[in-house]
Amino acid sequence: MSCAYDSSVAVRHVDLSIRAGDFVGVVGSSGSGKTTLLKAMIGAITPVEGHVTKKPGLRVGYVPQVESVDWNFPVTVLEVMAMTRSANGRMPRITKSERASALLVLERLGLAGLENRHIRELSGGQQQRVFVARALFHKPELLVLDEPTSGVDVRTRHEVLHLLADLHDEGVSIILTTHDLNGLAAHLPRIVCMNVEIIADGSPIEVLSSDVLERTFGAPMEVLLHGGLPVVIDNGGTDFAERLSRLA
Amino acid sequence: MMFAVLPTGLTTPFHYQFFNNGILVATIAGALCGLLGVFVVLRGMSYIGHGLSHAVFGGAAASAVINVNYFVGAGIWGVVSGVLIGRIARRRLIGADAAIGVVTTASFALGLALLNRYGQAQKSIEAVLFGSVLGVQTVDIVAVALVAIFSVVLIVALYRPLLFATFDPEVAQVSGVRVGLIEALLMAMLSLTILVTMRVIGTLLISALLVIPASIARMLTNSFARMLWISPIIGGVSAFSGMYLAYFLDTSASATIILVSTVIFIVVYAVTGLRGRTRISGLHHV
Repeated sequence: MSCAYDSSVAVRHVDLSIRAGDFVGVVGSSGSGKTTLLKAMIGAITPVEGHVTKKPGLRVGYVPQVESVDWNFPVTVLEVMAMTRSANGRMPRITKSERASALLVLERLGLAGLENRHIRELSGGQQQRVFVARALFHKPELLVLDEPTSGVDVRTRHEVLHLLADLHDEGVSIILTTHDLNGLAAHLPRIVCMNVEIIADGSPIEVLSSDVLERTFGAPMEVLLHGGLPVVIDNGGTDFAERLSRLA
Repeated sequence: MMFAVLPTGLTTPFHYQFFNNGILVATIAGALCGLLGVFVVLRGMSYIGHGLSHAVFGGAAASAVINVNYFVGAGIWGVVSGVLIGRIARRRLIGADAAIGVVTTASFALGLALLNRYGQAQKSIEAVLFGSVLGVQTVDIVAVALVAIFSVVLIVALYRPLLFATFDPEVAQVSGVRVGLIEALLMAMLSLTILVTMRVIGTLLISALLVIPASIARMLTNSFARMLWISPIIGGVSAFSGMYLAYFLDTSASATIILVSTVIFIVVYAVTGLRGRTRISGLHHV
């Protein structure tokens, strides 16, 4: 499958399978086609070449980047949840059964009591979880998250990681994009490295090597093993530190 | 006679049928623009509303010059302008705001030139810019009322898809909402509103009533549902009060209505303070 915006190719010749029970991280630099790949998977973008095949009736939940959300928009947490039930001529008022189902999901994600809050009034972690809650509201089999830990602090990142691990344990398949190699990607069972096309696909131990990372990010990186997990060292940063120390 | 309990002097304007017709149509138009203004403001379409109302001016002028029914001429012109804006904006080098600027100013200028060359320019231009709310005919009242009823029914029936497509169009599309259709319906409602209200309240007042009441409502509430009834009330009240004051001040009805809504905006802005300012600054306009 390939995707393009006008004459600019964003994703080229990608052949990727997501199976039931997968927990996949797509890594790559900005402009590497990660978000385009996710959007093509969920049907928001039509590929210019090839196609996306989904299991008939597959329920997909999509969590957009928090940076793309208009936090000033006048909606409460409960209204955000109810939006996903927009089809079949539903009336404006949220029904009792919808409210009860939404409250269960919110409680499950640690957001109990926040249903009537405006979305701007929540913390970063709570805001991220509201959109996960919206995706979970119609019980997805596949959860697709675009940069779920982008721009969040370490504590929130841990919260999101634990939440996703719990959902995966409950049988939800997950695919997400991330820039965060050490904090997120290295902990996942499967990583796909992208730079417009797929550079590597496998477990972190198999995929995270200096060669693959240089082809993915276009910059030299070193990989060490720590406690059985690969740790990526940014060589460019090391060189910069050495130059600074020489100046001092 | 309306408002029989008011002192005689204050009820004087209601003795005139033309005033009663004018204030009725202005109030409905104010409420209608206030209702649609919620979507215009939240979708960052303020400039589109402003632009379309100016673009339709070209159609109105052409209709007058070639002696075609106003609703037909201005309607076709509005649709063509909307399509042109869409086509130009799709070329990524030119943004939507620039596309609107090019098409609407060209359309406005063409209308102006046509009236200069063939029409009673000064009189017609004033009528289009400021409307002729005191020269309202029954057909205008019926047209504005029908579009208002149509808009309310559509917004109630499609409330959730409209909300979803306004807040998060991409996810709405993926979740089964026909975003293209919803946006087309919204543009149709907006175009119809501009079409039926322009001859009555004028281009400038339409632009103002599409933006000011909804912005006031946004400062007053954090709820989309509440905005949908606060904004039409503010639009209707501004139009009613502006018309009434204009009679006594001997000023343009459109200008007075805009000034009344602006005063309400300033008062609410001051009262709601920083919270309101943050909300307004967060509204993106295209």
